[in-house]
Amino acid sequence: MITLPEFPLDGLERIGAAAILILISLLISRWREADLEKDLLIATVRSFVQLIAIGYALEFIFNLDSPLWTLTLLVFMTTIAGRTAAQRGKKIPHAQRVALVSIGLGSALTLGILVAVNVFTFDPQTIIPVGGMVIGNSMSVAALVMKRLADDFHTQRGQIETSLALGATSQQASRPQLRTSLQNAMIPIVDTTKTTGLIKLPGAMTGMILAGASPMEAVQIQIVVLYMIIGASAFTGLTASYLTYRQFFTPAHQLVE
Amino acid sequence: MQAKIEVRDLHIARRGQPILHGVGFCVQPGEVMMLIGPSGSGKSTLLRAINRLLEPPSNNILLDGEDITTLPVTELRSRVGMVFQQASMFPGSVAENIAHAAALKKTILPPERIYELLEAVSLHTEFALTDAAQLSGGEAQRVALARTLATSPEVLLLDEPTSALDPHATRQVEKTLLHLNRERGLTLIWVSHTIEQTRRVGGNVVLLNQGQVQAMGRVAEVLDPNGPYQKVLDFAAGEDIRELSPQSH
Repeated sequence: MITLPEFPLDGLERIGAAAILILISLLISRWREADLEKDLLIATVRSFVQLIAIGYALEFIFNLDSPLWTLTLLVFMTTIAGRTAAQRGKKIPHAQRVALVSIGLGSALTLGILVAVNVFTFDPQTIIPVGGMVIGNSMSVAALVMKRLADDFHTQRGQIETSLALGATSQQASRPQLRTSLQNAMIPIVDTTKTTGLIKLPGAMTGMILAGASPMEAVQIQIVVLYMIIGASAFTGLTASYLTYRQFFTPAHQLVE
Repeated sequence: MQAKIEVRDLHIARRGQPILHGVGFCVQPGEVMMLIGPSGSGKSTLLRAINRLLEPPSNNILLDGEDITTLPVTELRSRVGMVFQQASMFPGSVAENIAHAAALKKTILPPERIYELLEAVSLHTEFALTDAAQLSGGEAQRVALARTLATSPEVLLLDEPTSALDPHATRQVEKTLLHLNRERGLTLIWVSHTIEQTRRVGGNVVLLNQGQVQAMGRVAEVLDPNGPYQKVLDFAAGEDIRELSPQSH
């Protein structure tokens, strides 16, 4: 059983004390004329409100202990993630649909596999924070893939059309761009995984240790989290690249304008 | 004789704007057909429609009497090759570029064939291992031509193939293309950007203006300063046709 360690301050008093750092940041910005005071204040207030709101929402859903509510929240998170990722792929026809399906499918497959092989159980306290990590990461991957492909299909149009004119199918002509976009999407997480723990303790592990878990317990969960994010990146990246490329070609192997 | 390429009453619009209005002409097997006209007259659109990089309406463009929209598009593009104004090289060597079409079909182009193609475009066989990114404009354009010839096309569509080249490289490419036309009976549809080049290359010419065929016939006739099309064209030697403002009859 996890027990919270004793801290010298409680609840809002803790937050108020930590806000000293915000005050110092404001003073630094003012002193150096960085003009970030307004943005800092907005960020501080927004994060406070948003996280308190999500905290209450999570308490409510955890108390319900209902698979339907859990799923509803995951779908809501996926929808927000889809809209956010679609902003990076504005040049892509049906960008929202591409982002939503990529993130949804990538996340669902990852979580589904982990529940199926009993790594996690489908209860709100587990699946919502884990799902949040998967969806958040899938959102970044989808956005990266979509933006990179849209840019490459524009800047490398000449090369793609040359390949089409030599008899390539649309998939053959866009293979280099698809490869590059998937590499770009996965390289950050692969590199992070390689160096994890050497520079700083990863977030999941830090949270668990702060909550009183033993380091070995925390490490096991952290390893699972890293593998999970790699899997989600691969599923989402593959789906996003396939769906994005389909938007740029007609069935007659022509690059749309 | 059956026309190699027949374009009939072709209307094409892009982004809601009409580009080609009722364009029609025939190109016989082994013919050189020049296409000239001011910028925006629809020349590139026409070539792209023949190659189906842009989808034409059905039954408006025929290859050997067959509607090109009924042919598998990858087969069409092997029979009707296209050389673009700016030659795009794929990463790798010249040989890898030339063998690109074969690689798409998962076959290997034998070295002898690569050398043969390099010689056909007047490039030394030593170029085979050169990094394609290191080529000059003229060399790249000739490699692009060799690459397209590797598919053994029956028709070659040339979209201002020499506009980015210096005069020496231009003459080299013109010479190569005319040699291929004479020796292999390759049908050429050639968009040119100068009257001077059009006169030099000869053959037949279609003059496009604002998406319509304004004149058609032998080069010597259409470009005759005393001929019936004098009002349509301005005859300054070497004038870039793209600089001409569109005129109507």
